[in-house]
Amino acid sequence: MPVYLPIAELSVNLFLILGMGGAVGLLSGMFGVGGGFLMTPLLIFTGIPPAVAVATGANQLVAASVSGVLAHWRRGNVDFKMGFVLLVGGVAGSSLGTWIFALLKSAGQIDLLISLSYVIFLGVIGSLMLFESLGALLRNRKGTAKRKKLHQHYWIHGLPFKMRFRKSKLYISALMPLGLGFFVGILSAIMGVGGGFVMVPAMIYLLGMPTSVVIGTSLFQIIFVTANVTFLQSWATQTVDVMLALLLMSSAVIGAQFGTRIGTKMKGEQLRSLLGLLVLLVCLKLAADLVLTPDDVYSFGVIGGEN
Amino acid sequence: MGLFSRYQLLFTILFFSLLLQDTKGRADGSLVTDISSHLISVTSDFTGTDLLLFGTIRALASEDEKDHGDIIVVVRGPERELIVRKKERVAGIWANTKSVTLQKVPSFYASASNRPVEDITSKTTLDRLRIGPDRLAFKAKGEDAHVFPYKKAVIRQKKEAELYSDRQSTVHFLGPSLFRTTIHFPANVTVGNYTAEFYLFREGDLVSAQSSPLFIKKVGLGRQIFEFARNYPALHGIAAIVIALIAGWIASAVFRKD
Repeated sequence: MPVYLPIAELSVNLFLILGMGGAVGLLSGMFGVGGGFLMTPLLIFTGIPPAVAVATGANQLVAASVSGVLAHWRRGNVDFKMGFVLLVGGVAGSSLGTWIFALLKSAGQIDLLISLSYVIFLGVIGSLMLFESLGALLRNRKGTAKRKKLHQHYWIHGLPFKMRFRKSKLYISALMPLGLGFFVGILSAIMGVGGGFVMVPAMIYLLGMPTSVVIGTSLFQIIFVTANVTFLQSWATQTVDVMLALLLMSSAVIGAQFGTRIGTKMKGEQLRSLLGLLVLLVCLKLAADLVLTPDDVYSFGVIGGEN
Repeated sequence: MGLFSRYQLLFTILFFSLLLQDTKGRADGSLVTDISSHLISVTSDFTGTDLLLFGTIRALASEDEKDHGDIIVVVRGPERELIVRKKERVAGIWANTKSVTLQKVPSFYASASNRPVEDITSKTTLDRLRIGPDRLAFKAKGEDAHVFPYKKAVIRQKKEAELYSDRQSTVHFLGPSLFRTTIHFPANVTVGNYTAEFYLFREGDLVSAQSSPLFIKKVGLGRQIFEFARNYPALHGIAAIVIALIAGWIASAVFRKD
């Protein structure tokens, strides 16, 4: 059944979009990532213009994150103080990112930037997660798992403006989550993602947060960053397709609910190795598209965006 | 199919009214044409549509009835300025390197004729009237020879998207003077003002031409969303966020299990 998207200005198959939303929602609930890193490329493969895919993806992520965060909140798995510091950085970063996006879009290099960012970040983070979690799984199996130190000291811990995050059992400089939020905010705007796939591992490995609160806190700050991207894109480029977003939301939030339930039943290592694998697969697909000879070396766009 | 029977009915009525008119009217070898609808409404379930373009030739009194002449029908969509980019391998990666700006590129183009257009008239005439997508003359900023493949690429991709078509032998004659053809408009057709042109040729000469307007508009919810997004972008952004917040909350409330 086809449905016409008023902003993307094309017809898409209703069930294809709902299916995509549901599948991505399921994964997002399981792994605590927004799922944007899957949603945005999928939308582009469907023929949605990249600018619309990025902006609408952000809009859909607002809904997915809200529904996800409420589920985690009820279990007390959200560190609101940490989330707030992250989102301050995130809102600033995503504003800068939206500006960069608009700039490169007019230079015709936005697709390349999107793909390159995906390949680099997904590649690095995917392999890190996969190897770390596989290592942990193997150690568990051998039964030689060493008790981790409560916390390790890096140069980062010498930074000023220390804050206590009770929920995360951390006493660290506020500059760290602020900077992390800012950096992920930029990625969020450029790649049309919530940034969970960077945020989650960074919170675990860089900030040293307990895995239990990581997903809820990440989702919490993603709400605000994606809301900011939605607003800025709608305001500056008018590329938010509410019709498309609604279709994706309605299926993704349902998928996310089931995903969250599956996720709580799985071990952290299993979850991380699966996510790592998934991230690497998307990375490989995008890398192949960059390197393989395209079907058509020519592409065109309407000047001024006005259809 | 209901739609088509309506066309048939319309067509039949027109056929007889034209016949009546023809007997009274002055036979001057000119064209009387119309389209089944001058307005295509792009609704939220728009999947493309077919329009019936038809007309009659008012034959010269002296002429042999069998020789009805040749008809070429052209539908052109609103013209746009396009930026066409070419990818090249840079350090192993395919990246956009060169670009050309093309002006006056019709967003939609369809031509139909009762027999191959090359048999109807000379190449010069076809070029002049820009009949057939391959004869479209886009203007490029900084015109030179290297622009040609860019133009070809646009035409090729538009053809693949069914936005450009060249369907010869799809104008059918019913009797000596009445002709009809259908033009397909795909789902991703651009909204705006279109023109439908009808050309009558006799022995290679353009005898008569008619042009009528055609509008493609967004209607209903789709149009309201589109206009709201264009006219109140900030408000639209806030609305989009609020909708998302509510959707997320509803989903969470519905699935709450305790």
